[in-house]
Amino acid sequence: MKIAVPTPGDTLESPVDGRFGRASGFVVFDTEDGTFTVTDNGQNMNAGQGAGVQAAQNVASTGADVVIAPSFGPKAFQVLKAAGIKTVFSAPGSVKENIDNFIAGKLKESDNANVEGHW
Amino acid sequence: MRIAVASGKGGTGKTTVAVALTLASQEPVVYADCDVEEPNGSIFLRPEITNVEKVLVDVPMIDEAKCKACGDCARFCQFNALVSFNTPPLVFSDLCHSCGGCAIVCPTGAISWKKVPVGEISFGSSDGGRISVVQGKLAVGGSLAPPVIRKVKSYLSDNVFTVVDSPPGTSCPVIESLREADYVLLVTEPTPFGLHDLKLAVETVRELDTLFSVIINRFDEGDSGVEQYCEEEKIHIMVKIPHSRLMAETYSRGGNLFDAIPELREVFRDIPLIIQRGVEAQ
Repeated sequence: MKIAVPTPGDTLESPVDGRFGRASGFVVFDTEDGTFTVTDNGQNMNAGQGAGVQAAQNVASTGADVVIAPSFGPKAFQVLKAAGIKTVFSAPGSVKENIDNFIAGKLKESDNANVEGHW
Repeated sequence: MRIAVASGKGGTGKTTVAVALTLASQEPVVYADCDVEEPNGSIFLRPEITNVEKVLVDVPMIDEAKCKACGDCARFCQFNALVSFNTPPLVFSDLCHSCGGCAIVCPTGAISWKKVPVGEISFGSSDGGRISVVQGKLAVGGSLAPPVIRKVKSYLSDNVFTVVDSPPGTSCPVIESLREADYVLLVTEPTPFGLHDLKLAVETVRELDTLFSVIINRFDEGDSGVEQYCEEEKIHIMVKIPHSRLMAETYSRGGNLFDAIPELREVFRDIPLIIQRGVEAQ
C-alpha cells in the first residue's frame, strides 16, 4: 500500500502541510518495503485556479492508495474519489507519525470535502 | 476615443479618477465598469438601470454513451477542467476557459456544449442621458472575469468618448480591459507599495504598446519615489491629486472628487483633450 502525505519538507520527519492542493510536495510511503519517494507539487503552489484538481492528479499518478492531509477541498476530494484513493484526516505531528497512526487505525477517514475551495 | 483607467495597486483611486473623467466631460460619455469583481462606479454615477443581461459561456457536457474513456480531452485541457482516470471525465466547469479544444480532440464526438451564466451586464444612464453606464459583474463564486469583461467591451463603440474602469493588478482581467484602449491612465499613490505595483503596470502597458501617463493620488503624502521613477522613465504625470480628508469623507458617502475639490473639475475636463492631442501626434 502507498500512502501520500503533503509536506513542505522531504523526509519522514517533516511536518504535514496545512493545505493539500498547494503543498510544495508529497511524501509517498510504500508500506511493502518501508521506502518513500518525494513528489514535487511546486507548480500548484502558485497556480491561479485548479490547484486541488492538479495536485490530486499528481497524487494519483504516484499510485497512492491513501492520502493523509488536514483538509481536502471540494474539487480535490472529487478527483481523489474518482481515482479510488482513500482520504484520511491527519493529526498534529510529522509525516511518519501520521503514517504510523493511520496504520494503527487511529486516523479518521474523510467522507466529504471539509473545506471550501480557495481555503 | 477610449481611455482606460488602471493601476497596479488596488485602492489608489481608479474609480475616483474614472468617475471624475466621466463627470467632467462635456460630451456624451460611456462609463464602462470592467472591474467586474467589484464594480462600484455606479455608486457614484447613480445611473438608472434600464436593462440587465446575463453573460453565458460554453462549457463541455459529456455524452457517456459515446465516451470511450480515452482521457484525450483531460490530457488536452490546460486548466484542469476535465479529469479522467480511464473513466468518462469529471467536468469542473468553473475552471473551463471555453477554448473548445476538448471537443476537437475527442475521437468519438462525445462532447457537446451547454451554456452556463458567469455574470451579468447592466445598462443604464444618468445626467439626463449624457452618461451611459455599462457595468459588468462577475457572478458570486465565479473566478473567470475575462468573459464578462469581453461582454462589456462588445457594447462599446469607437465613436463615443469612453472611460474604462479597469480591475487592479496586472493579470488577465486587466489585459482584457486595456486591450483596444487608445490611452491608459495609471493611478498610483506615493508609497513603496504604489511604486512597486506601478512598475508592474508600466511594464504591462508598454507590452501592450499603448500610450499612457500617471496620476498620483494623495501626492502630498508619502515619499518621492513615484515622481523620481516617472522622471527616470520619462513618464508624464498627468495630474497630482492632493490628499484631502474631506475627499475621503465625501467618497464614503458616495460623493465624487469635485464635491470635495471643485477646482479639479477643469483639470479633468481638459485631460481628454490633452490625450487626444497626444494620440493624434503618434
